[in-house]
Parts: sequence; structure tokens; C-alpha cells
Amino acid sequence: MIEGIFVEGLIYSIMALGVFFTFRILDFPDLTVDGSFPMGAVIMAACLHGGIHPLTGLLLSFCGGLTAGAVTAAIHNKLKVPHLLAGILTMTMLYSVNIRILSNRANLPLLRVETLLTRVHDYTREFIPPEYASLLFFILVVFIIKKLLDLFFITDMGLVFGALGNNEQMVRVQGINPATLKLIGVGLSNGLVALSGAFAAQYQGFADINLGQGIVVTGLASVMLGEFLLKSNKISVLTLRVILGTILFKAIMYLGRYYGYYINMTPNDLKLIAGILIILSLGATNFKGIKKGSRS
Amino acid sequence: MITLKCLTKTFNRDSASEKQVIKSIDIHVNPGDFITVIGSNGAGKTTLFNLISGAISPTSGSILIRGNDVTTLPEYLRAKNIGRIFQDPLAGTASNMTLEDNMMITCKKGFKWPVISLNKKMRQFFQKEVTCLDMGLESRMKENVSTLSGGQRQALTLLMTVLSRPDILLLDEHTAALDPRNATMVMALTRRFIIEKKLTSLMITHNMGHAIEFGNRLIMMDGGEIIIDVQGDTKKSLTIPKLIDMFGSIRNKTFENDEVLLTT
Repeated sequence: MIEGIFVEGLIYSIMALGVFFTFRILDFPDLTVDGSFPMGAVIMAACLHGGIHPLTGLLLSFCGGLTAGAVTAAIHNKLKVPHLLAGILTMTMLYSVNIRILSNRANLPLLRVETLLTRVHDYTREFIPPEYASLLFFILVVFIIKKLLDLFFITDMGLVFGALGNNEQMVRVQGINPATLKLIGVGLSNGLVALSGAFAAQYQGFADINLGQGIVVTGLASVMLGEFLLKSNKISVLTLRVILGTILFKAIMYLGRYYGYYINMTPNDLKLIAGILIILSLGATNFKGIKKGSRS
Repeated sequence: MITLKCLTKTFNRDSASEKQVIKSIDIHVNPGDFITVIGSNGAGKTTLFNLISGAISPTSGSILIRGNDVTTLPEYLRAKNIGRIFQDPLAGTASNMTLEDNMMITCKKGFKWPVISLNKKMRQFFQKEVTCLDMGLESRMKENVSTLSGGQRQALTLLMTVLSRPDILLLDEHTAALDPRNATMVMALTRRFIIEKKLTSLMITHNMGHAIEFGNRLIMMDGGEIIIDVQGDTKKSLTIPKLIDMFGSIRNKTFENDEVLLTT
């Protein structure tokens, strides 16, 4: 069970990194996530059933998320729609798109097809049990993604993204179109989210169009929990704490699921718990701010 | 460098709150000019800057920069030639980023690609430039800008803007939010940079003393028009009482005791 927490935490941390990118760096609260997460899952499932190589499937999932994010940013940029509404619009449209991708079905099991994980298990069968092979595989995947993101955020473009969330006027005075940056940023973020969805589908053994319900709350709660663990202004620490926060969040959810019945809690209450976690984190941050005498 | 032809701007057109903020402005700014802009509140000074930088578009008339018509060009495209500093010391920098990250973002204008240019050489260059400010910031390159004081941030903004090598510098009361000591220091830096880098600049100020002391040309705005435009020797011999007399004879009214305008 313990490795289950870690594997799930690692898979969802890819999504949380996407949420961190939009919410924290771009200051663009993006709700597309609820649609792009299952989008990654259904694209992956459709690819696997169609006999497409899993790696190509991952790439297609990423591109799907990229497009979804770009659509949200374009609605926001061109029609001057507030970002929350733009995200909700795309998310709602994606619900139908996702059903189309699954050929008019609501879910698709992946039990008898070869996934990336079954391939990994085939290679490692002789050395380690499959659950630990999955754990090692996802540690490697998340490590690579984290390193790539860290590198991206110290490039010129990455730095400008940081400035955009801080001070949009500064970016415009610099001769850069903020609209183009938002298109790229929200796109990349949703690409990561879809990638996370693609891995989640393979790990759980099915793709479901309702996989994304409330996922943005999961992501946000993970980001906020992480912020309690470490303090820094270094990007490598910021991404690390998102990953740790997600694992912690998943651990809390596991505890709720397995031991919650002692206090009459059912799995249906978990979304309530996630919401309360966010409210508590916000409250604690405000409280700290008041103590310091500044509003942060 | 900049030519404004019959420029007008009306806010809330065809509504009850219609307001003509700029009433036909014609001016030619020569390369190398350092123009100080004065005028009471609501005279249209900031609107004029917004029109030049492209933050708002004019109701009629045209704007030429280096002979090119930029009237319809969006702000971010015009920004390649224009450096602008605002009254708010927080407006020119990104608070939650380090000094060197901020300098990296502004040291080159235009779209940024995902390449890493912040290397050892760049860091040394930034450190050397910051040392010129003489504020001890060179040892704080990895600290967030939010830890700096208002005066330090405005001086840094000025340095960053100058390093991005604009042709035109627009200063919108950039010392108004600072205490007198920091204001004097930032003004001295401003003068040094403008002379060193041969920048064409326009500076809005509410301080008539500064307006007379700095620059080679002075314009006074009132009610959306330029009512006084002096340069050369006339500008050099200008004093505050003379300026007030000029305003009185042109407008046929006396200066209301506008305390912001009269600070010396």
C-alpha cells in the first residue's frame, strides 16, 4: 500500500506541476485542467487500443493537452473573457470531445492491452516485483520532468513567465506580447496535466471521462501543502515541494479512505476533505501573514 | 525622433461623461532632446505619455517615431524603442524574482526563446553595472527585489531600462513617490544616464525646480494643450516666477495655488 501512495503521488505530481505553473507562476487560475486530465487519459487509451506505440500515445496526449490549454488562453486573449470563465468553457467542451475520442463511450478498460507499465514489468520481472518496478519507473519519469522544468524556468523565456505573473506591465514594456506568452504557458501547463492523465489511465487500468472531476482542487491542495513543507525562492526547490506536497496529499487521502470509517467517513467525503485542506492552508497562510504584519 | 500631428484624445465618446483630455497637440521632439513636462493635475501629461507609448490609441491625429507612422502599432511592438518608468517604484520590476533574473529579463528587448543566457559572464556584467549605482546592491544579486527599498527599486528600474538600450525614455514622475534624499539621487542618476547614453527623453514632473534645472527644453500643458514650449537660452534663463508670469499672460488667469505644481 505504501508504494501505492508514492506511485499515485508521483503520477499526480506531474499534474500538480502543471497547476503550479498556471496558478503560481503565471497567476492564471486555469480550470481547463478538469478537462485536459481525462483528455490525456482517453487519448492514451484510444492509442493503446488502436495499436499505437505507448510513447507515441504519450506524445499525442501531451499535444492534446497543449491544444486544450491554448484554446483557453486564446478565448481569454481574443474575446477578453475572464480566465476562470475561459477555463470552464474549454473544460465543458472537452467533456464532449473526450467522449468522441473514446468513440462515444464513457470509459474504456486497458486490462488486455500492452501499456507502458506492462512493458516495464516485462523487462524487470526477473529482478524486482512489479509494484516496485512501477515505483522506480515513475520516480525516473517525474525526476526527468522536474529537471526539464527547472531548466526551462532559468531560460530567458522561463524568466519572462515569472515576470508575467508578477508584473504584466513590465513584460509589455519589454516589447513582448503577453497574449503570446499566455498561449504558450497555459498550453504547456495543460500538456503536463494531460501527460499525467495518460500515466494515470495506464496505472489504474482504465480511462474514464469522469477521471478529471475536481482534479484542479487536488492539484491546488497539493501545491499549497507543499508550500508548508519548504521555503525558498529557488525554482528547483519550488518544483520539488510541489512533488512532495502531492505525495503528502495522496497519503492523507489514503488515510481517509482506509481509516476514515472509524469516524464514519466514506470515500464520498474525500472531496470535502480536499476542499477543507485548501481552506485550512489558506487560513494558515493568512494567519502567518498577519503575524508578520504584512499581507502576503 | 518623435512627431505628433494634430493629436487628440477623447474618453467616453458620445456619452454623458465625454471628456476631451488632449485637444490637438503638435510637437516635434528632436533626437537628443531632454524635455521636462509640467502642468497641473488633469492637464493630460500622463495621457500624452500613454499615447506615445501606445498604451491607448488616439481619437485622431498621428504619431511618428523616427519617421515611421506608429499610430496603430500595439504597445508591445512600440516598446522596442521606448523605455518607460512609472511613478510607482514597484511597476518596473518583478517582486518575487531575484535582481539578476530581473536584469536578465530586461537587458534585451523583444521575444525571448527558451535558451539559457544567464551565465557567469552575464552575472559579472550585471554585477558591474549595479556597482555603478553605489547602493551596495552588488552583494544582493540573488535576493528577491521585494526586499529592496523604494528608492533602490526605482534606481534599479532606471538602470535596467537604460541597459535595454531604448531610443526614447519616458519618465512619468518617477521620483514623486520617493523621499527627498532618494529623489535627488535618482534624478542625478537620470541625468547621468541620459547624457552617457545620449537618450531622447521626456520627463513629467510636479517639481518646477526640477523642470527648470533639468533638460534642454520645457513644455507646460494645460487643459490638454501645450501652452508653453521653451528651449535653448530662454530655457536656461527661466525662473519659477517668470514661468508663473508666462502662464498668467497666456491663460489670462492666475495660477491657482496648486501646491503640487508649486513645490520647488
